[in-house]
Amino acid sequence: MSTSITGRSAVDELPGPDGRSPLAGDRAGTGRLGDRLFGGAATASGLLVIALVTLVGVFLVAQAIPALQANQANFLTSREWATAGTSPRFGIVDLLWATVVTSVIAMAIAVPLGVAIALFITQYAPTWLSRPAAATIDLLAAVPSIVFGFWGLTIAGQYFEPVAGVIDAALGWIPFFAESEGGPSAKSTLAFAGVILAIMVLPIVTAISREVFAQVPTAHKEGALALGATQWEMIRTAVLPFGKPGVISAAMLGLGRALGETLAVTILLSALNDGAPFSSSIFNGGATFASKIALGIQEANTATSTGALIAAGLVLFVLTFVVNAIARVVIERRKAFSE
Amino acid sequence: MSTIELETGTRGGSPAPAAPPTLSPKSGSRAVRDNLARIVMWGAFVIGVIPLVWILVSTILKGGSMLLESQWWTNSQAGITNRRVGGGAVHAIQGTLIHAAVTTVLSVPVGVMTAVYLVEYGRGRLARAVSFMVDILTGIPSIVAALFVYALWVTTFGFQRVAFAVCLALVLLMIPTIVRSTEEMLKLVPNELREASYALGVPKWKTIFKVVLPTAFSGIVTGVLLGVARVMGETAPLLVLGPYTQVIVTDLFATNMATLPTMINQSRSENLQPALDRVWGAALTLILLVFLLNLLGRFIGRFSKVKG
Repeated sequence: MSTSITGRSAVDELPGPDGRSPLAGDRAGTGRLGDRLFGGAATASGLLVIALVTLVGVFLVAQAIPALQANQANFLTSREWATAGTSPRFGIVDLLWATVVTSVIAMAIAVPLGVAIALFITQYAPTWLSRPAAATIDLLAAVPSIVFGFWGLTIAGQYFEPVAGVIDAALGWIPFFAESEGGPSAKSTLAFAGVILAIMVLPIVTAISREVFAQVPTAHKEGALALGATQWEMIRTAVLPFGKPGVISAAMLGLGRALGETLAVTILLSALNDGAPFSSSIFNGGATFASKIALGIQEANTATSTGALIAAGLVLFVLTFVVNAIARVVIERRKAFSE
Repeated sequence: MSTIELETGTRGGSPAPAAPPTLSPKSGSRAVRDNLARIVMWGAFVIGVIPLVWILVSTILKGGSMLLESQWWTNSQAGITNRRVGGGAVHAIQGTLIHAAVTTVLSVPVGVMTAVYLVEYGRGRLARAVSFMVDILTGIPSIVAALFVYALWVTTFGFQRVAFAVCLALVLLMIPTIVRSTEEMLKLVPNELREASYALGVPKWKTIFKVVLPTAFSGIVTGVLLGVARVMGETAPLLVLGPYTQVIVTDLFATNMATLPTMINQSRSENLQPALDRVWGAALTLILLVFLLNLLGRFIGRFSKVKG
C-alpha cells in the first residue's frame, strides 16, 4: 500500500477533457432526503475542519493579546522570560534561537542521510532487501518521542561527549562550535538535541524522497545508462534532478516536524540560568518554543503567564505554517512540471 | 561489459562496414567514484538502522524483565512508592487504550466524511479551502494542539484538566491522517463501480454508502489504525492536559487518568532504580502497542480490494 505522505488531495486533480472532475457523478444526486442528508453531513464535516483550524488561530490570538499588552519588554527582541508579578517582561529571542539551531542541526544531518537511504532503497538495494529496508526505516517513526528523549539522555548521550570534544577541537575557533567552560554536559546541549531530532525526522525525509525517486521514469534512467553512465552518474544526471523538488518538500515537512517536537527536546535540554549572557554556541543549553511551553504550562497560574506561553505557541504555529506552506508550494510546482 | 564480436562481411555480400568503435573501458576515476557512491549509500542505510536497533535492544534489555512478570499486566501502581519494586502498568495501559478509543470514535466520522466530501462532493473553492485546512492540521505541532485545547477548556471554560480534554487535542492530530489516507483509498475505487450503481438507479448517497465505502473499507481501517498508532505515542497533550495518577481511573471526566507516556514521564523524574526500571517497562509496552497496531494495519491492508 502506498499511502502518500505528501497528501495530494482529490480536489487538486485536474478536470478531464469535458471539464468535469474524474469522480464527479454530478447528476447522480437525486435531491431526495437521503441524498440531501448524506451530502449535507459530508459538507458539514468539511466545514467543521475549516472551523477547527480557524478556532485554533482565533483562540491562540485572543488569549495571547492581553498578555502581550501587559508585556513591559519587546516580545520580538527581548531575551527575558519573567511572567510573574504585575510587570511581566518576556520575549522570544532565546526560544527562537534554540528552536532554529536544533532544527537546522537536525536538517543538516537528516536530509543528506535520508536522501542517501532513499537512494539506497530505490536504486542500490537488491530486490529482496528494498522492501524490508524501507519498512525498517519506517519503524523508527513508531518509537514515541518520549522514548527517544529518555534513551538519548540515559544511554546514547554519553557517547556524544567525545564527539563534541572532537568538534570543539577542530572547529572551536568558530564561536558557533565552541564548548564553553562550565557549560552543560554534551548530552544536554542544543547540538545533541539536534542529533536526536535528526533521528526522529529521518523516517519522514526518507519516505518522501523514496516516493519521488521511485517515480523517476525508467526511460530517463535507461537513457543515461545507455549513454555509458555509471550507476552513480545515472543517479546524478537522471534521478537527483527529477527528485529535487520532492527532496526539498521532504526537507520542509521534516523541518516542520522538528520545529514543533516537544518531549525529546524537553527531556534533553538543560535550562539556562536567568540572566545568563547570550551564547552563540551549539554546545549550550536553552529552551525551544515547544519545551518552554511544555515545562511552563504546568506551573502557569496567572492569566499573564499562560498568555505569554500561548503567545509563544502562536509564534510556533505561524513558523510551522510557513514552513509547511513552502513545502506545499514546491510540491505544487513539481506537479505542474511533471504533468 | 561483454564485448560483442561482429562477424563482418560474410553475409549478404554487402561491403564490410567500418570497424565498430572500440569503447575504451571506464576510466579509473569514474569507476572509483561509482564505487565510492555505492559504499556511501550502503553506509547511510547502516547508519540509519543503528539508532533503531540500539533503541529497541536497550529497551528490551532494560524493560523486558518487567513485562515477563505477571503483575505488570494485572496490577496498577496503587500503593507502590518509587523506592519499591513491583506493581504493574494496568492503569497506564488501560488509560492509553481508553484515550485511543475515544479519540478514534470522535475523529473517524469527521475524518471519513471529510474525505467523502473531498472525493465525491467537493468542487470549487470550498473544497480547496477544506483541503488546505487539512494540510494545516497535518503540520500542526502536537504542543500547539494541546495549547489550543488548554486555552479553550481550561482558561475559557474553567474546567479541570481531564482525560477528555486530552482526547480533544488528539482528535485534532488524528483527523488529518484519517482524511488523507481515506481520500487515497476512495480515489482508488474504480469509477466504473460508481457508474454501474448510478445506472441501476441507485441514488448517490446509497452508492457511496453501499458501494464505495465498503470497497475501500479495509484500506480505510488500515489508515485509521496507523493514525491511532501515531497519536498513541503523543506525549505533549498528556503533559499539558492529563496529570498522572498511580491508580486505575476509567472516568473520562475525572481529574486524572494514567497513560503510558505520563507513566514514563513521572517515573523518569524520580531517579531511583525501581522507578527507572518502570520507565523502560512502560516504554517497551508502549512501543509494543504501537508496533502491534502498525502490523495489524498493514496486515489488514493486504486484504484490501483496492490496491495502492
